[in-house]
Amino acid sequence: MQHFLTTESLDRDQLIAILDTAESFTSVDGRNIKKVPLLRGKTIVNLFFEASTRTRTTFELAAKRLSADVLNINVNSSATVKGESLLDTLRNLEAMHIDMFIIRHHNSGAAEFLTQHISPGISVINAGDGRHAHPTQAMLDMFTIRRVKGEFANLRVAIVGDLLHSRVARSQIHALRTLGAKEIRVIAPRTLLPSHIEDLGVVAYQNIERGIKNVDVIIMLRLQKERMQGALLPSQHEYYHLFGLTRDRLAMAAADAMVMHPGPINRGVEISSAVADGEQSVILQQVSYGIAVRMAIMSMLAGN
Amino acid sequence: MNLNVDQLLDNLQSETRQLLNKLEIEQPLIIGIHTGGIWVAERLHAALGITSKMGILDISFYRDDFSRLGLNPQVKPSQLPLDITDQHIVLVDDVLYTGRTVRAAMNELFDYGRPASVQLAVLVDRGGRELPICAAVAGKRIDLLSNQQVKLTGPEPLQIEVVTIDSA
Repeated sequence: MQHFLTTESLDRDQLIAILDTAESFTSVDGRNIKKVPLLRGKTIVNLFFEASTRTRTTFELAAKRLSADVLNINVNSSATVKGESLLDTLRNLEAMHIDMFIIRHHNSGAAEFLTQHISPGISVINAGDGRHAHPTQAMLDMFTIRRVKGEFANLRVAIVGDLLHSRVARSQIHALRTLGAKEIRVIAPRTLLPSHIEDLGVVAYQNIERGIKNVDVIIMLRLQKERMQGALLPSQHEYYHLFGLTRDRLAMAAADAMVMHPGPINRGVEISSAVADGEQSVILQQVSYGIAVRMAIMSMLAGN
Repeated sequence: MNLNVDQLLDNLQSETRQLLNKLEIEQPLIIGIHTGGIWVAERLHAALGITSKMGILDISFYRDDFSRLGLNPQVKPSQLPLDITDQHIVLVDDVLYTGRTVRAAMNELFDYGRPASVQLAVLVDRGGRELPICAAVAGKRIDLLSNQQVKLTGPEPLQIEVVTIDSA
């Protein structure tokens, strides 16, 4: 692998290799010195054109635990605001002898665009591009599922929320299918379901009580508040009433169902506090595992 | 060349026992290096009657050839006590050759703490060192040519042989 852009382009063996390698990196987390020397001397740039806390900081921590040097470039406060194009920003950073770019951008395809213009030998990791993909988030979710449930073959998974705008959901669906999950359901109001989503191999539900029945894994998506203005939803309150994950609804899933969320969570909008902080929630484990998974992906690209 | 693995293990165990007696170390922490080193370490651990759990080291993250070969796809987690500070360690591997694996293992060990001492025990020391590293105890010391290789297979039964690689 030279770049890591989508989960869609990878086969089962490649996804499993990432999960297995991440497993080894979890042992670094508990040590006295939480660092391995793999990427010593490499320079990695976090190039973020969109706000992010979790993804950016876990990428930064992962890179530092691999002994790489990390630059964080937040575009709100950089030259792009002064009118510099993405390509010019890239050229300038390349001139500083960067080894790897981690990019988040509001345009779908931005990471791939970068790979087409970058010098050979430099790796690109997609940290979220528009509505297209967020593959490292999907991989840390797969890692969390495998840690808790073991195998994928017998799992019923429900993804609940704004499927229309969610790059996370798209990457999760591809990864879950490749890893052989038994059933993937998507649950959302019709205005937030992409047309033809069934073509991805999922079953769509517009009723959460029906959709959540007997599932083993529930993945909640963040309701982006900015969507409220586009007349896609009547109000936050009504959304919670119809689609929010509450204790009563969680009880309809399998007894040992796990609850996931990529964050940041909107309490009382898509999920109740009782569920988010409850025993079945693995939301904070997802954050911890994100470091090991990103270490695995970065070291696999760097050792290419 | 025929090597008898039981004979080598016997030698290694008695030499290690003598060494530990001389150094007055009663309960060292035994650490095996993936994969063959673990098989040897398990037997040493049982023979010496060590009560503490054995450690496992996978040195893939510390190899000096990462930039040439990339990450070992079969990397496994290391399993060591969280703090090894002030412990006496016996580091165990199957074959000692260039010394690069042991260098990587020591670097990893020191990321877990500052041990009181580290002794190196190997089943076979085959010569050919590229680094200033030597084994405190060895089941056997032999000089092999660079096209010869000591191959350990296991874990059950544990077998050892010297193979010659054809340089095509």
